[in-house]
Amino acid sequence: MTAEPTPASSIMGDPGPTGRFGGFGGRFVPESLVPACMELEVAFRSAWADPAFHTELDGILHHYGGRPTPVTECARLSEELGVRVLLKREDLAHTGSHKINNVIGQSLLARRMGKTRLIAETGAGQHGVATATAAALFGMECVVYMGEVDTRRQELNVFRMELLGAEVRPISSGSRTLKDAVNEALREWVASVGVTHYCLGSVMGPHPYPWMVREFQRVIGEEARDQCRAILDGSDPDVVVACAGGGSNAAGIFAGFADATSSRLVGVEAAGGAALTGGIPGILHGMHSALIQDEAGQILEASSISAGLDYPGIGPEHAHLAELGRAHYVSADDEEVLEAFQLLARTEGIIPALESAHAIAWVAAAAGRSELVRGSTVLVNLSGRGDKDVAQVRDLLRGRA
Amino acid sequence: MTVVGAEATGHLPGVLEATLRARRDAGHKLLVPYLTGGMDDQWLVTLEALAGSGADAIEVGLPFSDPMIDGATIQEASLRALQRGTTPDGILADLSRVDVGVPIVVMTYYNLIYRAGHARIAGLMSESGVSGAIVPDLPLEEVDQWAEAADRAGVATVLLVAPSTPQARIGAICDRSRGFVYAVGRMGVTGEQEVLADSARLVAGWVSSSTDLPVCVGIGVSTPEQAVEVCGVADGVVVGSALVRRLLEGDGPEGAAAFISSLRVALDAG
Repeated sequence: MTAEPTPASSIMGDPGPTGRFGGFGGRFVPESLVPACMELEVAFRSAWADPAFHTELDGILHHYGGRPTPVTECARLSEELGVRVLLKREDLAHTGSHKINNVIGQSLLARRMGKTRLIAETGAGQHGVATATAAALFGMECVVYMGEVDTRRQELNVFRMELLGAEVRPISSGSRTLKDAVNEALREWVASVGVTHYCLGSVMGPHPYPWMVREFQRVIGEEARDQCRAILDGSDPDVVVACAGGGSNAAGIFAGFADATSSRLVGVEAAGGAALTGGIPGILHGMHSALIQDEAGQILEASSISAGLDYPGIGPEHAHLAELGRAHYVSADDEEVLEAFQLLARTEGIIPALESAHAIAWVAAAAGRSELVRGSTVLVNLSGRGDKDVAQVRDLLRGRA
Repeated sequence: MTVVGAEATGHLPGVLEATLRARRDAGHKLLVPYLTGGMDDQWLVTLEALAGSGADAIEVGLPFSDPMIDGATIQEASLRALQRGTTPDGILADLSRVDVGVPIVVMTYYNLIYRAGHARIAGLMSESGVSGAIVPDLPLEEVDQWAEAADRAGVATVLLVAPSTPQARIGAICDRSRGFVYAVGRMGVTGEQEVLADSARLVAGWVSSSTDLPVCVGIGVSTPEQAVEVCGVADGVVVGSALVRRLLEGDGPEGAAAFISSLRVALDAG
């Protein structure tokens, strides 16, 4: 059996050389990719221990990416729900979501490793746009794999990626959504690993990705914890909530709170892609985690209103946090999400991404119940802005009018 | 037979290794066709036809919904099989009803094994007459739990060496491999290629100098000429997509047999 995981000094710590979060994680990839994953782990460990790397990364995230993003107190929404709602505004980061944090980090790392080409998978298109943006910034070649279904429902993002100089390859295999885009990106990576870095967009995949992407997203939680303490006279929010598909924005914000506070952590999955709330452990895309699958182990197709959450799995660290009881996972259905999308727009003048609207939907549903009692304080990670979803929501709402 | 190489590999050879060693030591090149289990309603007839046309062992794929190391041809065959309602248990039950006279090696992805339970599916394989298993998404560091269950059931876990595998790692992979060592011919997914990649000869050479186990090259070996070429260095070849494509196009068991015969004739002529 593989070595015991390195004892982590913290709940969200270093998963050690085998990439284990409790029993989850690992590196379940074909031999062809094992050396590339090992090389990436070595490079990341070296970069992450190098103050010069952090200085450059922080500088770019500040001057180019717009960090730190603010925390906004929602007066009208709070009044309507009877709980105090704060939003961590990742929607205000460059490219319109938290995805930029990870891609700037991975692109700098790729450059440090001498790679000249980035490939990425994308669901809603946010990670694809972010990767295309970083490729333009650093003068790298970029190919983005996107399920054919998603290229249709996120047409505008396809055009954005093309404007940024990336090539978008529609994937017509399988369910033609995010899971199939990951399969194809992995296949392409096998064939071009010498010059290509696979810029994976979430806290999933083989070691070191789940850990590395969480570390690149940790900035969300670190910033938010200090910002909340400034707003809340030194105390922490009672609850921190984020949507979770692969789970990168949730991992990023949780990382600032899991060890340092006693805030309750809540991850909200799409009801149609609820790996933790409706799945069981298995192995997909290089990781051991929770998956929706049938009795034989065939992966089931996720289905939700938001392309970014249409994924049958979730990052392995979330499976571990759920097992530990340090985070709790729930789901929101499409109807609740559409309501929440409109609620935030109407009460706060903020149109959230459909993905982020899952977190708002949970707050709206839970407010006043035991999970979120009246008068408590909740921090929502508003992971992205909703411009990309406006046309889809218009069609949905008109269709029922 | 004499247990050649048992000291080197530290284990007693099972049916797969013994059969392939005997063929190799008798001067034959090894021919291992791949067939996706359940891809059509004639697949068991095809299996017998392959055995009858010169295969030394046959790889049978247990189709998975997300075959990440497979290219378009085997993806399509897997999809057809799944649409027919094919399950791992169903394929193993089918295999238990036939005896084609050559070793059967299953190829599948780890989630199907994990879901079924290591010991349970290793036992089912053994009862079905399966003598080996190739699980490409279980690299050396992750293989132990499965490989130990497989060893106990007498199922040989065949490991892969890739063109990207560092020299220092090759020996460790060969030591843990059972049955034979699968040398991955090119950096890429399964699929037909017009020319044999230089990496196929290179990796076959590295592996052959690291182990006494039979060494078969697969991924990117599509024609009799390519098979002969790579067997200048390797003990044998695995041929998958070139065969499966013919079956997808409707060549049927006879067409499959004709193709495998052409490979056999070419390899025997050297």
